[in-house]
Amino acid sequence: MIEVHTFSQAAEAARTPGHILGGGTLLMRQVNYAPQTIEKLIRVTDPELQEIRADSTGIRIGAGVTMASIINHPDLSVLAPVARAIGAPALRNMATVGGNLFAPHPYGDLAVALLALDAFVIWSDGREEDMETFFQGRERTRGMVTHVVVPRVQSGQLRFRKVSRTRPKGISVMSIAVYLPGGSLSGRGARIAFGAMGPTPLRAKAAEAALENGAMDASGVAAACSVCGHGLAPQDDALASAWYRNEVAPVHLRRCLEGET
Amino acid sequence: MAKRPISFTLNGTETGIFVNEGQNLLEALRREAGDLSPKFGCGQGTCGACTILIDGAPHLGCLTLAEAAQGRSIETTSGLADGPDLHPLQRAFMEGFAAQCGFCTSGMLMAAKALLVTNPHPTRDEVIEAISGNLCRCTGYEPIVDAILDAAIRLQGRVA
Repeated sequence: MIEVHTFSQAAEAARTPGHILGGGTLLMRQVNYAPQTIEKLIRVTDPELQEIRADSTGIRIGAGVTMASIINHPDLSVLAPVARAIGAPALRNMATVGGNLFAPHPYGDLAVALLALDAFVIWSDGREEDMETFFQGRERTRGMVTHVVVPRVQSGQLRFRKVSRTRPKGISVMSIAVYLPGGSLSGRGARIAFGAMGPTPLRAKAAEAALENGAMDASGVAAACSVCGHGLAPQDDALASAWYRNEVAPVHLRRCLEGET
Repeated sequence: MAKRPISFTLNGTETGIFVNEGQNLLEALRREAGDLSPKFGCGQGTCGACTILIDGAPHLGCLTLAEAAQGRSIETTSGLADGPDLHPLQRAFMEGFAAQCGFCTSGMLMAAKALLVTNPHPTRDEVIEAISGNLCRCTGYEPIVDAILDAAIRLQGRVA
């Protein structure tokens, strides 16, 4: 375990194999049960990690901001229902935005919404990276994400649906986030992201293209749902098989597009 | 492995202990600080038996790095009763048969306390949400929810 205070120290420490500790909700499980698999834990104490700040590009969220802080922040009301769907109150006081970005399948529900919102990450060296590129390179990553920048959107433009086997809380069989710039009136410019339907959150671009002609009526929604599995790569796990996930994805996307919660 | 000293407030008392590298706070509280009230259930953040309050907010002791507790205020079930007088939550649990085997009880009590401090008049659904991270394999949850709602009435006009 090493403790560092600045982002540059963290980035330097992360050059060799190690894990940057966020809220600990995933990493501490590994520490508790398989400590030999953790070469090094890096704890970063820079207060900038906790900031939430609105600027011209959008809302800048520090990687150490917790789900509970998202729920309570007036500028992040769009993301509040997503954060509320993650874990229970104690876990939400711990789980961080940065940790969620690196959470392996089937975790990482917030990251699904960030992908649909076309957010971007900021690395400790100042480099910016869009969410899709970030997820493509996530497993090879060395370095530290310090912030996520979320564009400003109106409430009603983001729909989110989490499918789990137990209520009120459960791990995702899948989660779906849909950004609809035209609200319920138009599908033009829609961005659809699925979680737990591949090794990382993935965009359903065929379904987005199907919505591009604008119609959000029953036939438009049905057309999008019928192709939503293209490009997704679900896997079998203890919660559901890949086959099951593929079969029910169109049903849940339809419910999400129709605004059902 | 070198131990590190940390200090924090435990149920209002300044406490200093030595912790191992990578040790979780639950283990540190139980082994080093001698507070056996938070329980080790799953060690994965699934059961909630280790729920404690850090600076008033519920946290999972088993997933908190002990060193991160430096300078913080920690509350456990050991600090609920005032001498021989049980906390209204404890009394409601006892009188409402909300504890059977009792293993989840300390986590339930701390999750409930966190709720009642911020929301003294919760609805049934809010209570269910507040304890949604705490597993009970005995009671079926209904007596626990009833006891928390009962405690809210007992606490009227007082801080939980």
